[in-house]
Amino acid sequence: MAQIGSFALLFAFALSVYCFAGGLVALISAGPNSERLGETARRAGIALFAAVLLAAVVLVVAAFRNDFTIAYIFHHSNRDLPGPYKFATLWSGQEGSLLFWSLLLAGYGFVLRLRYKTDPRLFAYASVILAGVQIFFLALVNFAANPFGVLQGPLRPDGSGLNPLLQYPEMVIHPPMLYLGYVGFTVPFAFALGALIMKYPGEKWIHITRRWTMVTWGFLTCGIFLGAHWAYSVLGWGGYWGWDPVENASLMPWLVGTAFLHSVMMQEKRGMLKVWNMWLVFATFWLAILGTFLTRSGIISSVHAFAQSSIGDWFAWFLAITMAVFVYFFFKNKDHLRSEHKLESLVSRESSFLFNNLLFLLLCLDVLWGTWFPKISELVQGNKVTVGAPFYNRVAIPVALLLLILTALGPLLAWRKTSFESLKRNFKWPTLGALAVMAFLMLSPGSWGSPFGLRPWQDISYFYSLMAIGLAVLVALTVASEFYRGGKVISNHTGQGMFASMVQLTHRNTRRYGGYIVHFGVVVVIIGLAGAAFNQDKEQEMGYGDKMTIGSYTLVCRSYTDEEYPNYAAEWAVLDVYKDGRQIDTLTPERRFYKASQQTSTMPFIRSTLAEDLYLVYEGINQDTGHPILKAHLNPLVMWIWLGVWIIIAGTALALVPNAPAPVHVPVARRVESSATATPVPTAGD
Amino acid sequence: MGMRLLDGVFSVMKVNSNSKAQRTLGCVLLALAVCLLAGAGDPTSRFNDLGHQLMCICGCNQILLECNHVGCPDSDGMRTELMAAVSRGDSDSLVQQAFIQKYGPTVLAAPLTSGFDRTAWILPFVALVLGFGLVVVVVRAWKNRPTPALADGLRPAMGGELDRFREQARKETEL
Repeated sequence: MAQIGSFALLFAFALSVYCFAGGLVALISAGPNSERLGETARRAGIALFAAVLLAAVVLVVAAFRNDFTIAYIFHHSNRDLPGPYKFATLWSGQEGSLLFWSLLLAGYGFVLRLRYKTDPRLFAYASVILAGVQIFFLALVNFAANPFGVLQGPLRPDGSGLNPLLQYPEMVIHPPMLYLGYVGFTVPFAFALGALIMKYPGEKWIHITRRWTMVTWGFLTCGIFLGAHWAYSVLGWGGYWGWDPVENASLMPWLVGTAFLHSVMMQEKRGMLKVWNMWLVFATFWLAILGTFLTRSGIISSVHAFAQSSIGDWFAWFLAITMAVFVYFFFKNKDHLRSEHKLESLVSRESSFLFNNLLFLLLCLDVLWGTWFPKISELVQGNKVTVGAPFYNRVAIPVALLLLILTALGPLLAWRKTSFESLKRNFKWPTLGALAVMAFLMLSPGSWGSPFGLRPWQDISYFYSLMAIGLAVLVALTVASEFYRGGKVISNHTGQGMFASMVQLTHRNTRRYGGYIVHFGVVVVIIGLAGAAFNQDKEQEMGYGDKMTIGSYTLVCRSYTDEEYPNYAAEWAVLDVYKDGRQIDTLTPERRFYKASQQTSTMPFIRSTLAEDLYLVYEGINQDTGHPILKAHLNPLVMWIWLGVWIIIAGTALALVPNAPAPVHVPVARRVESSATATPVPTAGD
Repeated sequence: MGMRLLDGVFSVMKVNSNSKAQRTLGCVLLALAVCLLAGAGDPTSRFNDLGHQLMCICGCNQILLECNHVGCPDSDGMRTELMAAVSRGDSDSLVQQAFIQKYGPTVLAAPLTSGFDRTAWILPFVALVLGFGLVVVVVRAWKNRPTPALADGLRPAMGGELDRFREQARKETEL
């Protein structure tokens, strides 16, 4: 099997070289055969997907067949590993995950090359650039981190097993989503660089790129939050985000990609920020590769990082080469990227996008700086320092709050210029609503863990929490007012009900209103994050009938036991949960010992409600008393985070749907009659 | 330190007592100072605060008070040391220095605010200020750019005429 896999990879490498070289020659030369050469290069690009797919299938089949002659399978699987995790073996180690990366890139290339008729020349450029990136990854898996390396010595009866932390259902879907996001940013980069090289006339390339970026952004968003949910459900420390370098590596391209999705609107609508957008697309791609470099090279210590290996050098070179190529073509053709319009006012949609971009980039810079600072400190001072959650909370939260203000303000600003009068008119009610909610939170008699309501002066985290919730409400109300005002216009024109009008409004401009739904999802996530200021936890040893009280819950230990399974041995406690004197649930937090890998893992039991999560961790047995030690966390509003992500996904999906044409319902004469009170229906151009 | 801050606030109030606006500002500052200082010395909250500024050194990369390993060789001892220091009334910086001396600088969850480590804190805020300044400069520069000429002798609306059109558009699109 190893030979089939190795051959498939080598063949894919040869195809990617042909796709790159043949495509490049076809683009440069103007000879009679260049078109046919370009076509063969395109087909080679399609074929390379089949070859990489074959290699990936071989690796998965080897995992299912327990082929421990292959070193990778021996190190990341074992006989008793359940089927879904054997499938996940493909991306659970260094070599396999690089193969998986190559597969996804080839998959994106496959789709791109099939859709070449949209704009054959631009797609030909993008195909060549994509093939260049593909060469790098296929070179890695062929010559530096081959997943089909054969184990020397006698045949092993069983494998070392998969890391227990990865034996969780979400790990079957989290890495693919994250990788789809990382890899996907190569496509917008390929289009952008292609458009720059060929001095592409018009903005069509940006329409194509935006769609790809939204899909990719959606995958990355899913991947990041699935990772957060996995950390919350498996790691057992009661949190979902630890500002670990590997987490940061996924956040950086997401932040810059989000900035691009906003600023690209300025290029589409006003022909502005062309240089800026070009750099944002490149930076997003580059940061995705930089994140991979951080994860793979071992240069930054992280609990997530793969083992230190020599492939860090490969990535460093690749980063340098891509930077050099981009910078060369940028300076060569930058005259092509002149703005077509001037900015008219500081109070306009355009300037709000500028500030929006600034804040996203500042957040990215903060994360990048915090991630690299231990290394910088080591180089300058000779000793490492830790840059953990306290640093990020202090530098990133104020910027994030400013961004929330802008999220509320931005949709209310018109393109070109907005009068203060209209701003005041549109902003008044949402602001009053947000202030009312903040006042209620401060004056209400009790909130989570505090009998005196949310007192921002007691702790900086309470202040941030109050501001975050208040601003989140402000954003939600501005979004709601946008739907209401647009819906009212359609309702006035057509006589439909308000809800039907708002649905029609959304269909007419899916991108704009899908974007608002994404903003609403972000608001819900922010409210969930704000709950972290009120987290409580308690640790206690619990024998039979022992009680632990946390918040309004009382936990009573009913029993504790252990059991053997083929893949692991488990210990767990059975706890009855009481609230207001009434039993409401029975929870069974668990701790597992995986036999193959000789590692333990906690399986927290989480009872989620909209108000709070009761999060129980079985920490182990006190050897002296034989009683289990349990840690209970009370985490308010966590469910809002996961709900918000679903809303973000729904909004992103909606924004990808093509607009419905605006039907003409009202005769011209009647429209003139009612023109004194009517507002033009927002359309796709807004 | 708290008293010094309060004295400072009072002196600000005395010097500027002739101005109503400044008196109001003084009162707000005083209220903020009182609020911020309230409860600052509570040992439990200090233990909690300091415990979240320290890392467990067992290699788990977790905040000391969030380390969840049963049988962790380090976190229990570190928590006991921290509780002892807080009970003795050691200042925050003294506690931090003692931990740095014993476990090395990586025991702190965030860089110090002195020496080279200070740059970790300064750079993000410098970038924020510079970034805002840059955007304002860019917006102004773009505003002052000459308007592109229109073909066929068309003349773009300017000044009062433009404002009139805008007002008309606003009225016609009013809800």
